[in-house]
Amino acid sequence: MSTQLETLGANVQTGEELLVVENLTKHFPVTRGIIFQKQIASVKAVDGVSFSLRAGETLGIVGESGCGKSTLVRCILKLIEPTSGKITFRGQDITKLSRNEMRPIRRDMMMVFQDPYSSLNARKRVGFTVGEALDVHKIGTSAERKRRVQELLEVVGLNPEHYNRYPHEFSGGQRQRIGVARALAINPQLILCDEPVSALDVSVQAQILNLLTDLQREFGLTYVFIAHDLNVVRHISDRVMVMYLGKAVEVATRDDIYASPKHPYTGALLSAVPIPDPVRGRQRVHVVLEGDVPNPINPPAACSFHPRCPRFHEGHCDVETPELRPIAANGHVAACHYPLERWPMDLAAGASS
Amino acid sequence: MFRYLVRRLLWAGVLFIAVTFVTYIIFFLVPANPARLAAGQNATPEHIASVEEFLGLDRPFYVQYYKFLRRLVTEGSLGHSFLNRRSVNEEIYRAAPVTASLVFGAMLLVLAVSVPIGILSALRPRSLLDRAAMVYVLIGISLPSFWIALVLSYLVGYRLGWTPIAGYCEVLSVPEASTCGGFTDWVYHMILPWLTLAIVVAGTYVRFVRAEVMETMTQDYVRTARAKGAPERRVMRAHILRNAMLPIVTIIGLDIGILLGGAIFIEQVFGLPGLGTTAINAIGQFDLPVLQGVVIFGAIAIIVFTLIVDLLYAWIDPRIRLA
Amino acid sequence: MATLLEVRDLRTQFTTDDGIVGAVDGVSFSVDSGQVLGIVGESGSGKSVTCLTLMGLNDPRSTTSTGEVLFRGEDLLKASPRRLREIRGNEIAMIFQDPMTSLNPVHSIGTQLEEALTLHENVTGKQARARALEMLMAVGIPRPERRIDDYPHQFSGGMRQRVMIAMALINSPDLVIADEPTTALDVTTQAQILSLLKRLQDEFGSAIIMITHDLGVVAETADDVVVMYGARIVERGPVDAIFSQPRHPYTWGLMGSLPRLDVAVERLEQIPGQPPSLLRPPSGCRFHPRCRYAMAKCISDVPPLEQIEYDPRHSQACHLDEATKAREAAALLTTFSEAAS
Repeated sequence: MSTQLETLGANVQTGEELLVVENLTKHFPVTRGIIFQKQIASVKAVDGVSFSLRAGETLGIVGESGCGKSTLVRCILKLIEPTSGKITFRGQDITKLSRNEMRPIRRDMMMVFQDPYSSLNARKRVGFTVGEALDVHKIGTSAERKRRVQELLEVVGLNPEHYNRYPHEFSGGQRQRIGVARALAINPQLILCDEPVSALDVSVQAQILNLLTDLQREFGLTYVFIAHDLNVVRHISDRVMVMYLGKAVEVATRDDIYASPKHPYTGALLSAVPIPDPVRGRQRVHVVLEGDVPNPINPPAACSFHPRCPRFHEGHCDVETPELRPIAANGHVAACHYPLERWPMDLAAGASS
Repeated sequence: MFRYLVRRLLWAGVLFIAVTFVTYIIFFLVPANPARLAAGQNATPEHIASVEEFLGLDRPFYVQYYKFLRRLVTEGSLGHSFLNRRSVNEEIYRAAPVTASLVFGAMLLVLAVSVPIGILSALRPRSLLDRAAMVYVLIGISLPSFWIALVLSYLVGYRLGWTPIAGYCEVLSVPEASTCGGFTDWVYHMILPWLTLAIVVAGTYVRFVRAEVMETMTQDYVRTARAKGAPERRVMRAHILRNAMLPIVTIIGLDIGILLGGAIFIEQVFGLPGLGTTAINAIGQFDLPVLQGVVIFGAIAIIVFTLIVDLLYAWIDPRIRLA
Repeated sequence: MATLLEVRDLRTQFTTDDGIVGAVDGVSFSVDSGQVLGIVGESGSGKSVTCLTLMGLNDPRSTTSTGEVLFRGEDLLKASPRRLREIRGNEIAMIFQDPMTSLNPVHSIGTQLEEALTLHENVTGKQARARALEMLMAVGIPRPERRIDDYPHQFSGGMRQRVMIAMALINSPDLVIADEPTTALDVTTQAQILSLLKRLQDEFGSAIIMITHDLGVVAETADDVVVMYGARIVERGPVDAIFSQPRHPYTWGLMGSLPRLDVAVERLEQIPGQPPSLLRPPSGCRFHPRCRYAMAKCISDVPPLEQIEYDPRHSQACHLDEATKAREAAALLTTFSEAAS
């Protein structure tokens, strides 16, 4: 077992390109018809997303409901089959692999889910859930697996003696720790976290975030971290990708995104987040967007953000689709014809600047 | 909504064909020799052969089925009784109103009783009323319908003499030869059958209403209504019941459809000449066309009622109507 | 500024199968007209139940409440059900957290809006409709005449919440209780709703009680803050004071454990353990099992909510001495300003 179970992440060099996603799309067909279903439109849940991820780093994906972040992550894991595009994991093209072919690769990619109450099987003991992956991939003997599970429970801050308990005997935060332990069981290199702290109380959120940070440092893990809470994303990410209606609209390092966002949507997002400081809060100018997020079946023409954009230029933004291109140093890219020049954003300037 | 309607109608058509097909197979292919049955007990082999030819039984199966279906669809005819050569349609037209009286009357009774009890149970869970209602439900579901029928018939009809023991009276016109007719007589004869069927069916409805109301009561929008200052009666009427009763529409439709096929036991005990009795008699005398006719009629009733109910439900629930 | 609402020693208990749950345990605060009071707490803190008790919306069969809730001098806890119904939706209105489930799916929003009005005012159908349209316009729903007969499922989350706000404000209440009104919404929608609430508050002059777990929302919208933990108030005061001079270990823990946009830290201050069970709550100070500063006294004696010497508007419930508190608070805030970007 010890030969199979190397120290977590040690077989990957930090800095090596772990995951490359090129032009990933996922379209869900919308059908209509009385007897025969004909496709009349499609929901473009993910519409051409590209990014790369190096070992040891954390990519935060942020966006509001309907932006496609959850679908994106499920496509990467091949839980959903992508419509087109390419996913390269550790140099291997996994886009078209079948379920059987994916199995050995799934050892290296694990997921932590959002809802600690429904993501654990209530009828199975915790030890079973955490060790299931070991079981499926036939790693170690039964005794070795049990030891490993107890080790994992301890690593995530739980009492290893609670191996035989059921999920309902734990609190929400503890259940999320169990989810993390489950993800770690077979030393994945990549862990995809889909809103892992959204369902938790604030005081417990910090525990899980610290746990994830500690584990990353200790074992050299690589994370893709999805959240709608910009504060959380800021805390844990090295780089951040902002998504809107299935597309990536801005990607940059954490500091760059928060200090000088270039895309007006990113600016609006940041401006909308309330800050727990009444003095600064009063001084802030909130950019309040008009309207709702549009329907992904029928997105606006060209730049899908243009109807709500404070920097909209008629004739250009609604005609020509902006490509994701380099805007500033450090790999800072954005998809906008009129990126922000100043931050904090000046609303009054609007389209004229 | 329109697309839903069309799709539903087409589906009903498909079901109709499927049902007639399966019924036909059961009745005309499985039994050893329908021609023999048709010809009668004392038929000679030549007689049987000529009957066979007459009935078209020497033709291939699909031809038989096609002719049957064509006759059914174009003439609406279900054939003729082996026994008395009467049109099966006539038999059914005679029997159906009886069963219909039984079923609709009983359902009204069921609703009138089970809905209030269900609501009260939901409002006072674990009270005496609630527990009594649940016990009753269990009993009602467990007791066989014919037992209830016999007991009622004996106690109320025979011993107490409050109602007739058996028999049916036309409600609308007074037939020449019969001894009773008119509305009062009709009700008088139907009370026990209605009561019996209601006892059997009501239990399920009480439970159902109770569950629906209890669940609706915990919904957020009920709290919103109270927060607006609505009096409890309004909350109950416009918010709780209006929502809780929606699924009942579906269930009622289904039940009526099923029961219209013939509440056999009850009809037998009370001597009601409905579809159930017709079916039993047909079985006893191997009168295949009549039996088949009853089955098909029952199936059509279910198809029609589920269709009506689906459409009704789609109409009254705005989430479906305006999807 | 007149005192609109005064709550004194409110206690609410639920009788459950497992025993008696003290969901609110001695809560006192007041709200002035036109003011915004933020009630902050996590799940199980009692913040929602406090407000449901104010409105009398708890299930009377399994709930008992004691204390006083003085709304313009009238004790709501002793009011008749009829009087409470007059007040609800009329003088005190409530907005709930989940707009998806808080509207009845089988009635049009026009019907539900008009219901809010006709329950309290004697108006004709036409008048009610006109007023409903006005309100929809006021909350920023475009082309209200086209949408008034639509059903809730035809609106987005943000739009539904606007409808809820319209329903709450249609009778120009003096007090609006908003229970986590933006928690279920996206952040840009949240900004829209908060900005709308602020604007309407100026227009209608209502006081608002804003219940939330989000310190950011509180900081930016509230005038005064009440911090609740374990069914009790642990700290209370003007918003500036609470954020610049927090005086309770739970408040420090909350503030320190928040990841923030304006501050970058390596590791978050975490509060160990989880929120207490209200069925068998800890003795003495309910925060003591999770408190780094806990002393013997904390386990035995319930700390009273006391005013701070130099600021009578600011109270806290902790046995620690003033000097330690001042020091710890300062240390916390220094970490913020040092790490500020």
